[in-house]
Amino acid sequence: MSNNFSLINDLIIPGLIIVSQIFSIIVPVFLSVAFLVYAERKVLALIQLRRGPNIVGPFGLFQSFADALKLLFKENIIPSGSNKLVFLIAPIITMVLSLIGWVVIPFAPGFVISDINVGIMYLFAVSSLSVYGVIMAGWASNSQYPFLGALRSAAQMVSYEVSIGFVIITVLLCVGSLNLTNIVEAQKTVWFAIPLLPMFIIFFICALAETNRLPFDLPEDEASLVAGFSTEYSSASFVLFFLAEYASMILMSAMTVILFLGGWLPPFDVAPFNYIPGIIWFFLKITFILFLFIWVRGTFPRYRYDQLMRLGWKVFLPLSLFWVVVTAGFLVIFDLFPN
Amino acid sequence: MSAIIKTIKSFILFELFKGMFLTFKYIFKAKVTINYPHEKGPLSPRFRGEHALRRYPNGEERCIACKLCEAVCPAQAITIEAEPREDGSRRTTRYDIDMIKCIYCGLCEESCPVDAIVEGPNFEFATETREELMYNKEKLLSNGDRWEQEIAQNLKLDSPYR
Repeated sequence: MSNNFSLINDLIIPGLIIVSQIFSIIVPVFLSVAFLVYAERKVLALIQLRRGPNIVGPFGLFQSFADALKLLFKENIIPSGSNKLVFLIAPIITMVLSLIGWVVIPFAPGFVISDINVGIMYLFAVSSLSVYGVIMAGWASNSQYPFLGALRSAAQMVSYEVSIGFVIITVLLCVGSLNLTNIVEAQKTVWFAIPLLPMFIIFFICALAETNRLPFDLPEDEASLVAGFSTEYSSASFVLFFLAEYASMILMSAMTVILFLGGWLPPFDVAPFNYIPGIIWFFLKITFILFLFIWVRGTFPRYRYDQLMRLGWKVFLPLSLFWVVVTAGFLVIFDLFPN
Repeated sequence: MSAIIKTIKSFILFELFKGMFLTFKYIFKAKVTINYPHEKGPLSPRFRGEHALRRYPNGEERCIACKLCEAVCPAQAITIEAEPREDGSRRTTRYDIDMIKCIYCGLCEESCPVDAIVEGPNFEFATETREELMYNKEKLLSNGDRWEQEIAQNLKLDSPYR
């Protein structure tokens, strides 16, 4: 080690920068999770002609914080038959995996913690890993319902990741880069949601399945599995699962926005639209996708398990494969491959 | 032909978008739930809620201790003891209703010849202990004083049907 190593310049200052970056992501994500839960309850209530939370704070805005406090003050029960180490690690893994994806998300030009050149691969890997938390939770609980929920979740996530992979390949064919910033900038002329509309819809539906949202929430199907993989969890460990589910929902929405809705780009590059900063467009688009998530939940009933598998393997897989071939063929014929 | 249309419809997710449009329309509809502690739904004049013992306008209690309500009560929730008063009139010395036994059938108010025992419009009398639900004469009379206006109005509205 060179003799001009200084504790302050080489260790403490970079460390502080990293910690502040972590907090600058985690705090907004947690806050948006709290308001997403509130928005979900409110939108579902509106669709069902109810009122939703309206007591805690103005218009019930602080409901999620009250719920979180309530859950944190409850007793953390660890079932005696469980594998305690795995049982406690599972929610932590789920939570961490739903947060680390955010490091590569570009909020605006240059506004990204880690601008790595394989950003989309990293995101894909992180979202695939999240199934481990669920499987560990289901197995370590050592009881029927969590186990069934975990098995379902594993099968479901694997099935739909294949289609997501093909959708991402289609986008990458049009971009020629795995870097998320480049993917967004490639949509300057037209958002990929327009030329690749079928892929956009497939990606959205797969994102629903990937985040275990209705109509694909079989892992926590409350009608047949109590609460699925999180049945045995209580208190803080349940809060972690809950936060992770919604944080990964927001992450998947951000991914959808970056791949198909032009990230931070305004819808038209003309006067009133490009005055608004890119980060606001990015948040507006994420909000729109999240509203779609909730809207779909308010509209459709849950899939049966065999229907879910049929949809994944017999409909989406051939369709996305077909569209990869069509897109690639189109690009070859008209010599439009990006270099 | 219809098979082709059906296939096209299923490919463009026609039914799904139709369903989503329907739920979107529901967002703007009027809500059917009310803001309960602040708003309350309408009650029929025949609503059978918390019991009350009424008085005449001059302050004399109506109950003449005929014990018809005690006799008719199917849950045997009413206990009455009576003695002649100093002025010779027949009055109760004890009038208890066990609100835990009561099934709110309304037979007591139907049997009462002088409209003394009535079931008022109040349904928010939940308590924290069982003991508080053992109503005595004093409690019932104070209920009567408190709800007299509403009770009189309800009896008047219901009178053509009695």
